[in-house]
Amino acid sequence: MTQARQRAYALRDSFVAAGAQAVEPPILQPADLLLDLYGEDIRARAYVTSDALRGEQMLRPDFTVPVVQMHMANGAEPARYTYAGEVFRRQEEDPDRANEFLQVGYEVFDRTDPAAADAEVFALIADAVSTLSLRAATGDIGVLMAAVDGLDTSERRKAALRRHIWRPRRFRALLDRFSGRSEMPETRANLLANKLTSTAPLTGLRSQSEIDARIAALHADSAEPPLSGAQMDSLDALLNVRETLPFALAQMHTLCVDLPAIRPAVKRIDARAEALSARGVDVDNLEFEASFGRTSMEYYDGFVFGFYAEQRPDLPPIASGGRYDALTRRLGAGQEIPAVGAVIRPGLLVGLEAMP
Amino acid sequence: MIKLGVPSKGRLMEKTFQWFDKRGITLSRTGSDREYAGAVEGIDGVALVLLSAGEMPRELAAGRIHLGATGTDLVHEKLPLWEQQVEPMAEMGFGHADLVLAVPQAWIDVDLTDDLDAAAAAFRAAHGFRLRIATKYHRLVRDFLREAGVADYALVDSQGATEGTVANETAEAIADITSSGDTLRANHLKILSDGLILASQATLWRSRVAEVTDADRGVLATLLDRLGAD
Repeated sequence: MTQARQRAYALRDSFVAAGAQAVEPPILQPADLLLDLYGEDIRARAYVTSDALRGEQMLRPDFTVPVVQMHMANGAEPARYTYAGEVFRRQEEDPDRANEFLQVGYEVFDRTDPAAADAEVFALIADAVSTLSLRAATGDIGVLMAAVDGLDTSERRKAALRRHIWRPRRFRALLDRFSGRSEMPETRANLLANKLTSTAPLTGLRSQSEIDARIAALHADSAEPPLSGAQMDSLDALLNVRETLPFALAQMHTLCVDLPAIRPAVKRIDARAEALSARGVDVDNLEFEASFGRTSMEYYDGFVFGFYAEQRPDLPPIASGGRYDALTRRLGAGQEIPAVGAVIRPGLLVGLEAMP
Repeated sequence: MIKLGVPSKGRLMEKTFQWFDKRGITLSRTGSDREYAGAVEGIDGVALVLLSAGEMPRELAAGRIHLGATGTDLVHEKLPLWEQQVEPMAEMGFGHADLVLAVPQAWIDVDLTDDLDAAAAAFRAAHGFRLRIATKYHRLVRDFLREAGVADYALVDSQGATEGTVANETAEAIADITSSGDTLRANHLKILSDGLILASQATLWRSRVAEVTDADRGVLATLLDRLGAD
């Protein structure tokens, strides 16, 4: 057995000792059902195959989605799960990155005290990687979502912004448009002035009524007032919060004056800081970055964190995780349960430990 | 011996032969029409290797040929981190083709990737699956759409007759190579205003990994000098 595998099983055993049940989701997962739940980054990199009997199958690109599905189907509450095994992701950019690697994870489904569950997962993972001096980064997608929800604008605009929280550049472009900071593209102005027509036959599945609906939505949008400069400034200030946790919290409490909608989310971060402290985490030196996790962690919608090797910026995070309540809602067919979890990559851990 | 890869048939081969001819190097196929063997006149120490244009990137990356003529699109699509494996030496001025993103002309509400993204979100909500884009250039298209911030799409593989996939309802949009745009227009498709993914043309590439002896080095320098590509 390789060192990485030994470490993977040892970590899983330690999570069992911490109260988790070991589970082993199949390597082959139904693709049509689950693939859609991943962000593009993972989804596009899943190995998909098929057989005549079961249809499209994929090699599991992670454990979280299958574990959530398993729990939502037949799990009792509260529950804690752990697992260790390979995940598979196509690497199209960099041949030096593995397309098959080990992950060990810990997932908590418990609705009693979310802050305590966040702290439990973070502290357990921090302990598991404590053989290395890694930089921990934390953030909270929930506070960004609350800020968007609280904007003084239409539900359609909020939905567009929420959808692109994970794509910072598109998010920024939308904000610039909604606030009148960027000019309307010429073709859209022409469309709104009814100057665009086409005599071409409509081909494909997208119907005329869908085209008409979008044009109507664009008309409605152009009639809306721009987002206020004050709200934009507050949102920018929020996106730029990057401090140790106590200072970040102080800044966010100040921002609650102009963005009152974020108050409950900020209070949840207060509670989490206390819970982390109670678990022995040095919160005074813990980094908090409001924009953290926005590019890579699409199904997380609350607390997010990652552990990075600073001497090896080329490596992905050694461990990462977060809260994904919304995922349980989508897989639970009406049910939902607050859930938080994280994974460690034992291969990276062992490799870094061997470095001088 | 310096191995020079040249497309093995069609217009691309003829144009490549002409390009070399203008620079005083005569390439020719030898033997029967079906036999992929060739000869080089006008310089010593160079061997002609006739290959399909699609195999050229792999042969360059493996170092089995020193130089090869093929399109930018094929190198960018087939070689991850292509800059580390090959170096463009000369743009050859033919084989112009653009990889573009195209949608039905009747979509008057869609002109920019920004519109495509909004249409994709609404399409997914209405139909229960992602807006499908047919292509054979998966990596290039995915990178482009990621940069552009387009979501709620899925790439579907199409190795030929890609323009027909929309009418056949196996895709809603396409990303494909076009030179004149005629085929797109004939299929009632239009290119997005910011939908140019890659402007490709036939290019002479040098392998960064092919083994070069001292004798080869001199030949390679002379050859590139004659080609005006050093």
